[in-house]
Amino acid sequence: MDMVLVNLIDGLVTGLLLFMLSSGLTLIFSMMGVLNFAHASFYMLGAYFAYQISTYVGFWPGLFIAPVLVGLIGAMIERYGLRRVHQYGHVPELIFTFGLALLMEEVVQFFWGKNQLPYESPKILDFTLFSIAGNAIPAYKMFIIFAAMGIFLALLYVLTKTRIGLIIQAALRHPRTVEALGHNVPFVFMGVFGVGTGLAGLAGVIAGPELGTFPGMAALLGSIVFVTIVIGGLGSLWGALLASLLIGWITTFAVAYNVAFADILEALGLSRPADLASSAWRDLWTLTMPQIGPILPYLLMIIVLVFRPYGLFGKRDL
Amino acid sequence: MRTTTKLALGTALALGLGATTAMAGTVKIAFIDPLSGPFATTGTNGLAEFKYAADQFVNSKGGVLGGDKFQIVPFDNKISPKESLIQLQVAIDQGIRFIAQGNSSGVANALTDAIKKHNRRNPNDRVLFLNYSAVDPALTNAKCNFWHFRFDANADIKMDALTDVIKANKKLKRTYLIGQDYSFGKAVAAAAVRDISAKIPDMKIVGNELHPIGRVKDFTPYARKIVASGADDVITGNWGSDMVGLGKAVIDAGFKGPIYTYYAAATGITRTFGAAGKNIIRLVQEGNYNPPASKAVDQYVSGFKAKYPNKDITQARIANVIRMLKAAMEKAGTDTDVVKIAYAMEGMQMDNFWGGKLLMRAKDHQMIQDVYITVHTDEGITHPLDNSKYGLRTEKVIKMAGLNSPTTCKMKRP
Repeated sequence: MDMVLVNLIDGLVTGLLLFMLSSGLTLIFSMMGVLNFAHASFYMLGAYFAYQISTYVGFWPGLFIAPVLVGLIGAMIERYGLRRVHQYGHVPELIFTFGLALLMEEVVQFFWGKNQLPYESPKILDFTLFSIAGNAIPAYKMFIIFAAMGIFLALLYVLTKTRIGLIIQAALRHPRTVEALGHNVPFVFMGVFGVGTGLAGLAGVIAGPELGTFPGMAALLGSIVFVTIVIGGLGSLWGALLASLLIGWITTFAVAYNVAFADILEALGLSRPADLASSAWRDLWTLTMPQIGPILPYLLMIIVLVFRPYGLFGKRDL
Repeated sequence: MRTTTKLALGTALALGLGATTAMAGTVKIAFIDPLSGPFATTGTNGLAEFKYAADQFVNSKGGVLGGDKFQIVPFDNKISPKESLIQLQVAIDQGIRFIAQGNSSGVANALTDAIKKHNRRNPNDRVLFLNYSAVDPALTNAKCNFWHFRFDANADIKMDALTDVIKANKKLKRTYLIGQDYSFGKAVAAAAVRDISAKIPDMKIVGNELHPIGRVKDFTPYARKIVASGADDVITGNWGSDMVGLGKAVIDAGFKGPIYTYYAAATGITRTFGAAGKNIIRLVQEGNYNPPASKAVDQYVSGFKAKYPNKDITQARIANVIRMLKAAMEKAGTDTDVVKIAYAMEGMQMDNFWGGKLLMRAKDHQMIQDVYITVHTDEGITHPLDNSKYGLRTEKVIKMAGLNSPTTCKMKRP
């Protein structure tokens, strides 16, 4: 039972980190129709910037400066890159962001090298908050939980309670009408792209010390972020949150318990083949849950797509 | 006009080529390893160590056999066996007779087969394979051949040494094995299970699992399982970011016992572990320089650091490759006849630069040397790694590890 609690907390941390990435991506996609392949690269950029800043002035200033820098870069890329490509349709946009992802990985390696960087959590959070059955819960994990929760509430407030949120939501559905009412829709787009990439940068700043700061960190998360927003429903903040948490818990619990497929199959009344080595099903009989853990989110995505093609909280068809 | 230019160019080229082949007094060693792509750091670091060793032990000491100099010629194999075979052919065509390779046993397996074939078909330009790092036991067992020499302790010898140390530590009762899900990770786990059950009957293996290689975002759930299993120590063959991720997660989860590893040092790993890994991360390796065994070792490491500030001596054995090759050439009285050199190297004994002795076992061409268990710490470190305060301090030395280890090799000699 203790382990369930520990895994719930770990899954929550993973899920909330994922949420910080997917919230920005889902906003950008629903508003501009741009599948931003480079989104995870902004996350990586955030971690590297924050590392560089932390070597001069420590972790905390980096927490605020790095996301702003990443957001500014994101806004500039939207203004001078994506907006020009936009008129040629979706495929050039896709290729543009794809190229951007490759470029950023090379740039990062050019400046910081291929090795993992010693980017560490701040000393003040470098202690064990509490232990459950010998399992330490570091204070930094709690910090991640609270930071992500704060971001979610702030986003929710801005989107639903403020005038800016009203315009964003309107621009989401009827951009022409909003433009006719005198609002600068391209500017709104640039702002959303900047804020979205800035959020990804913030996720990088926070996740860098926890998951490691190295050139492969973007590729590791790149595909799972898309899975998250598809499951959650494009454009839905609540959907992104729920899907992130689901994926966080699924991947954590899959690894945590060594459930063997042989047990499940036997429970279903199947009998183990006498000669397993020559059986066509030997792979199925020897599989364990931790081995297939990484593909479970993709399985979930397919199930969701089959039964609710617009995602859990999505409002329109894909 | 154009023809004249072409003619002039052609002549220049021919002269240039002629000059390279005719340049007597150079022993070329092909260095076939990844110099681009994700493993480039390891490859370029090894290349620097080879160049430095050649300068220090041969070229600055008047060369070999009255003045012949060693030259290391780099070939990028992008860690692909296929690419390695192409580069091998290029090297042979350039007249190179000594092939050094180390990263990835998959590549080494491909090269040793290709070299065996080449030497059988081309008795006039045979080559030697100096395997400085690939540790797959098969290379000196089932797949052994006369042309292959391994200078690192193989995975079985290292595990044997490691389990000796674990056995001597009476506090360790429960071991957890975890590794990357591919051939090397499986080999480490299999060797650990075999050695522990044979040597330490009251040791319990409380976990034996493989995780997807390079695909794990967060090692925390694995770390929780390790802590919950009540393990006293962890053994892993992980490398790269999988090593750092696993190590950090396990330490963060409150694990205090030793984590025995093969590759948890340098290329950013030591710096990243920093204070968190102190007295927890341990390595099994074939040489160490904290404390330095002699003044010469001290100067050698300092000299390397001065020349390559962003690199480290990570593969002590490279110094021994160069030293033993030179000694074998001197003993054979030739630096071109590789058969004579190989016979000279077989069974050769000499002092190990890093302390102790070296023996190139004749029956399987496996180097027998002292194996070290070292600990990641900042105390008593003369030469730290990664430009940090931390480095590896020798904790235990297993003298001439694996001297009587069995081999299935049936060496066929020319």
